[in-house]
Amino acid sequence: MSTYKVNLKVNNLNVSVDEGTTILDAARQLNFKIPTLCHHDDLCVAGNCRVCVVEQVGNRLLPAACATPVSEGMEVLTNSMKVRQARKNIIELLLSEHNADCTKCFKSGYCELQEMANEYRTGDHIFLDVRSKNEIDISSPSIEKDDSKCIRCQRCVRTCTELQAVSALAVTHKGKEMKISTFLDKPMNDVVCTNCGQCINRCPTASLVERNYIDQVFDAIYDPKKFVVVQTAPATRVAISEEFGLGPNRSTGKMVAALRRLGFDKVLDTDFTADLTIMEEGTELLTRLKEALVDGKEVALPMMTSCSPGWIKFQEHIFPDMLDNLSTCKSPQQMFGPLAKTYYAEKINKNPADMVVVSIMPCTAKKYEAERPEMRGSGYKDVDFVLTTRELGRMIHQAGIDFEKLEDEKYDSILGESTGAAVIFGATGGVMEAALRTAYEIVTGREVPFANLNIKPVRGMDGIKEAAVKIKDVKEEWSFLEGVELKIAIAHGLANAKELMNKIKSGEADYHFIEVMACPSGCIGGGGQPIPTNMEIRKKRAAAIYEEDEKMVLRKSHENPEVTEIYKSFLHKPLGHRSHDLLHTHYYPRKRY
Amino acid sequence: MTNVEELVKQQAEIHGHKRESLMPILQAVIRSERFLSEEAMVAIAKELDISTADVYGTASFYTFMDTKPKGKNIIRVCKTITCHMKGKDAVIGALEDLLKIKLGDNTSDGKFSLLQANCLGWCHKGPVMLINDEVYPEVTPQSAVEVIQEYLKQK
Repeated sequence: MSTYKVNLKVNNLNVSVDEGTTILDAARQLNFKIPTLCHHDDLCVAGNCRVCVVEQVGNRLLPAACATPVSEGMEVLTNSMKVRQARKNIIELLLSEHNADCTKCFKSGYCELQEMANEYRTGDHIFLDVRSKNEIDISSPSIEKDDSKCIRCQRCVRTCTELQAVSALAVTHKGKEMKISTFLDKPMNDVVCTNCGQCINRCPTASLVERNYIDQVFDAIYDPKKFVVVQTAPATRVAISEEFGLGPNRSTGKMVAALRRLGFDKVLDTDFTADLTIMEEGTELLTRLKEALVDGKEVALPMMTSCSPGWIKFQEHIFPDMLDNLSTCKSPQQMFGPLAKTYYAEKINKNPADMVVVSIMPCTAKKYEAERPEMRGSGYKDVDFVLTTRELGRMIHQAGIDFEKLEDEKYDSILGESTGAAVIFGATGGVMEAALRTAYEIVTGREVPFANLNIKPVRGMDGIKEAAVKIKDVKEEWSFLEGVELKIAIAHGLANAKELMNKIKSGEADYHFIEVMACPSGCIGGGGQPIPTNMEIRKKRAAAIYEEDEKMVLRKSHENPEVTEIYKSFLHKPLGHRSHDLLHTHYYPRKRY
Repeated sequence: MTNVEELVKQQAEIHGHKRESLMPILQAVIRSERFLSEEAMVAIAKELDISTADVYGTASFYTFMDTKPKGKNIIRVCKTITCHMKGKDAVIGALEDLLKIKLGDNTSDGKFSLLQANCLGWCHKGPVMLINDEVYPEVTPQSAVEVIQEYLKQK
């Protein structure tokens, strides 16, 4: 890396920055905000929307600040008369192609283009309205795509390619016909889209939004015949605060209080089934290891986690020959559904037909997952509606609840008790850490050898993390694991996952256990989380998750008393007959192209 | 392996399996098949290990890379201003009458497709018509029909 410094002036103030810095970043260092649309901190430079144009003294043309590196002696003006006029025209031009149906739009108030138009007080309509008419694509249960709102900034295309290595979306056609589309313009549900929703997180307008089910959920709540229970994913509790301008924050208690005020009959926790997942998945891993090491059976190793439905669909499309490696465990959301409609229904004496299970998820792929035909273990649709963190935020706003002023409340019981191991499911490496805390203790009878149970090597934002845990002094029944070095790897973001899979396929790396989360940084960076997203925000959410873990009394899944109870009275044992029926599933190869 | 898949494989051997091999392979398929079928694009994506959306995105950028079936002979009449002023609409009308198809369609015997093209660079001799790679400048409705009749006589 070069350390050359480049000196320049931005709005007549001197600044010295590293060679290669863009004008945009140089201006940021002086706290000048240059508006952007196509630019995104997580993505490569595009320079196509032009709203970040600035004046460079001596240059007749206006360069795009996001795509122009600084040079020695450069003098930049970010708000000259010329810049203001050009920027206004550019915004007007974007609006002339945009279906600015703001009052009816799901993103109204959250739209970057709308905000910019407000800021610059455009609206003179100096250009002819040339917006296109199109059908809104609602083929996918997760994602709604409306080309009439697209400004062709291509953030979604870059997201799908750079972060997720999927490329379900591409730029197609040219000129005024140019659009963001799929292979042969097929519906989103018919292409390799994993429903991860990362494109939604980065779309500056409402061209890509989640399929929202707010009204259906309110209808269920208002229906006196329905008993509506809600479960909340680990990652939502550290991000919902962002919907109220409070930044990433631990707000589990406030979220529970808000859900109760919204009228849910019971407020329960996906963290409970996250703990249960650890019991099932940990046992599955130990069983596979035993079969491989003792029985000499051909078992699929490394075993891979199956909590992330975007990752599952990615595997089904891209690596259909490795489906046996996936844990057969359903995700915590889908373990919760069937248990709510069997075990829980029985306990509270309700007819499961009258129950509605709603999930609050940081995820858009969960909407799709709930629709999978396999997810009817209870004999009913296990999870009826899946809402994103953003949709919950919207519901709380609609209900006139002042989130900030809410007093903390606790989850209902049963299906509401959880441990710190469950909450860290929300961050990349969390499932691995939770699994290690339990598996190591099952095998050795001792706690994992990491200070305060914090397994630091599996944490952090590196794309692919590797670690090895030496197992020694094991209990007698696990003697085959004595001295074994358990090799693990963690990937987040599908581009990293793909790299890891290719390493495994080529034999370059071999592991016992792998955690993959489809979204960058894990569920805290999920496609259903508050917008905007960037590394700084995701790091804050992760910090909040780990803080939540540290504050919990119980921090190991196997210590969750409700988990102990459900095995005693209902499931009997991990991987048992009932578990098999309700908590495990299978996967299907899908078309890669 | 189907013919198209074989063709793509063969072309990938010649041009390589990198992203930059995409254009020459697309061109080769167009030369042989006159359009890019779904099957062809899937085969190309597989060979180059890129997404089908990427292949489609590139193909759809180019007017001369059709993704819908085309006739054996592709007639393109220049649609831009000069040719328009010099009567390209009358030429198209005459061809539509002769071939009994509308602009954009193929004849039922699969012999012709009738399309428009952007500027072909023959503004000084418009209206201009292109059949496959053959240029016919200063066509009139009558001369255009005569040219097509020549093509009809072949086989």
